[in-house]
Amino acid sequence: MAEFLQFCASGLTVGAVYALVALGFTIIYNASDVVNFAQGEFVMIGGMTTVFATAAGVPLPIAVLIAILAAMVIGLLLHRLAIEPARGASPVTLIIITIGASIFLRGLAQIVFDKQFHSLPAFSGDTPINIGGALVLPQSFWVLGGAVVIVIALWAFFNRTVTGKAVLATAANRLAARLVGINTSFVIGLSFVLSAAIGAIAGILVTPITLTSYDIGTLLALKGFAAAMLGGMGNPIGAIVGGLLVGLLEAFGAGYISSTYKDAMAFIVILGVLFVMPGGLLGRASVERV
Amino acid sequence: MRKLMSNRLAVPAFLALLVVGLAFVMPSNFYFRVAALVWISALAVIGLNLLMGFAGQVSLGHAGFFGLGAYSVAILPAQFGLHPVIALIAGGAGCALLAFVVGRPILRLKGHYLAVATLGFGILVSMVISNEAWLTGGPDGMPVPRLALFGWRARGADTWYWITGGLMVIGALLAVNLVASPTGRALRALHDSEVAARVVGVDVGCYKLIVFVISAVYASVAGSALALVNGFITPDAAGFLHSIQLVTMVVLGGMGSILGSVVGAAVLVVLPQALTVFHDYEHLMLGFMMMAFMILLRSGIVPSLSMLIGGRRA
Repeated sequence: MAEFLQFCASGLTVGAVYALVALGFTIIYNASDVVNFAQGEFVMIGGMTTVFATAAGVPLPIAVLIAILAAMVIGLLLHRLAIEPARGASPVTLIIITIGASIFLRGLAQIVFDKQFHSLPAFSGDTPINIGGALVLPQSFWVLGGAVVIVIALWAFFNRTVTGKAVLATAANRLAARLVGINTSFVIGLSFVLSAAIGAIAGILVTPITLTSYDIGTLLALKGFAAAMLGGMGNPIGAIVGGLLVGLLEAFGAGYISSTYKDAMAFIVILGVLFVMPGGLLGRASVERV
Repeated sequence: MRKLMSNRLAVPAFLALLVVGLAFVMPSNFYFRVAALVWISALAVIGLNLLMGFAGQVSLGHAGFFGLGAYSVAILPAQFGLHPVIALIAGGAGCALLAFVVGRPILRLKGHYLAVATLGFGILVSMVISNEAWLTGGPDGMPVPRLALFGWRARGADTWYWITGGLMVIGALLAVNLVASPTGRALRALHDSEVAARVVGVDVGCYKLIVFVISAVYASVAGSALALVNGFITPDAAGFLHSIQLVTMVVLGGMGSILGSVVGAAVLVVLPQALTVFHDYEHLMLGFMMMAFMILLRSGIVPSLSMLIGGRRA
């Protein structure tokens, strides 16, 4: 039982990060139909910037703010300089552009920062908490709590503010949104900034547990994409469920089956699910347009 | 002139002339080596272009087949003493079988779901290759025995230049014939509209599967060739980044253009060779160029150029 709880705890912690990456994917995808493979790079930028700012003597809370702002600026630049000029390009072309952006950001990070692994001190100590025999790091609660706060804040933003509703309207129908006077280009830019901020926060929260380096983005983006597709692309709840599921699968797969194939679990399961349910777990069955 | 251009053999004939012609102006062995790498990538890209450009199906995991082909000429001779040529054929047949088995469920998916399924397939292949170190040497890679035919040993960059150039021209020849055949017409029909294709009696699923299997064999043969040329192979050949390179070559050269496949491969093989001068800035430049190419040359180099030339004429 203790073992089971232990795997649950580590799975949910990592899963929360995947869920936030998948949520970032979903926000951008809904607003602009772009699958942003540079999403994992925001996580890297969040972690790395905080590490280097604190190393330079900046207090942690300010370093966190700097990191989130840096990611938001890069998200905005990504939209303005790479996505907007390619408006109307085919989905494959857009995928290549975002992968190009992720390679570019990785190259930039290895010059601006370095190629080493870095960690942050845990926010509230390293003494594990005993829950039913499982030892849980206090930082895990920061990650899970952070994810819950972000999800609630997003829900409030989308349902309680005019700007948030404009994003939803753009996601539902871009042309109609433009007709009622919504600046869709602003909304799409905003979705990139939002996703960047979410990714950066995830990166900052998880760095004390999983460490960070300039090249962690690729695998995170791939797993986040798989998680988003597992839940059903474009469905925010699906993204969260998918992310947590992928995290749990990895933890249990590594614990009970094989730790060398930990990273493969997510992809085996997504292939299995898609073969049975081609629209993802919570997605609608895709209806062919005639 | 127009009649010559419209002849379907014009492109393979041009490529054959290119292979022969370039051989006379190559200043050193290094250039022969780079050209051989271009022909190998071009072969894989021609196959992938059949799938993407003609049938309209994306694959983000084609390096998986490339890697399996590469490792089959490394593993089969080492473990079972098979001749490399037999190993190459066995690798191609194995990939065809694998593509046939996984293609059935995968190709039912559409759009981004197809993308993530092929991506997952490619990643699984590369993970197996990196993890099964007893067989593949793991992340460090493994040596590949030299190719020898009837006591004649293939060595030297110029020998490989001719072998890979020949393979590429044969690949292009088969591809243009396939495109001109009833199968090719069915593929283009399902690219334009699957519903319309189905209405006129095209078995959509069957044709998608056929072209998926063919493109897997192209990738496998190209992978075997790369392993034999380098004499060494690492799991990077099967990795996600390599899959993306192949897709980028297809889109950069031009979807649905055999000539474009060779152009796309040439650009993306030669550029990194030139970029090694920049050392630390290599990733930065590569990422920047991928973005710039896709934004500026959205429909690919060859279609963009031919539109430009065609537009002037008219």
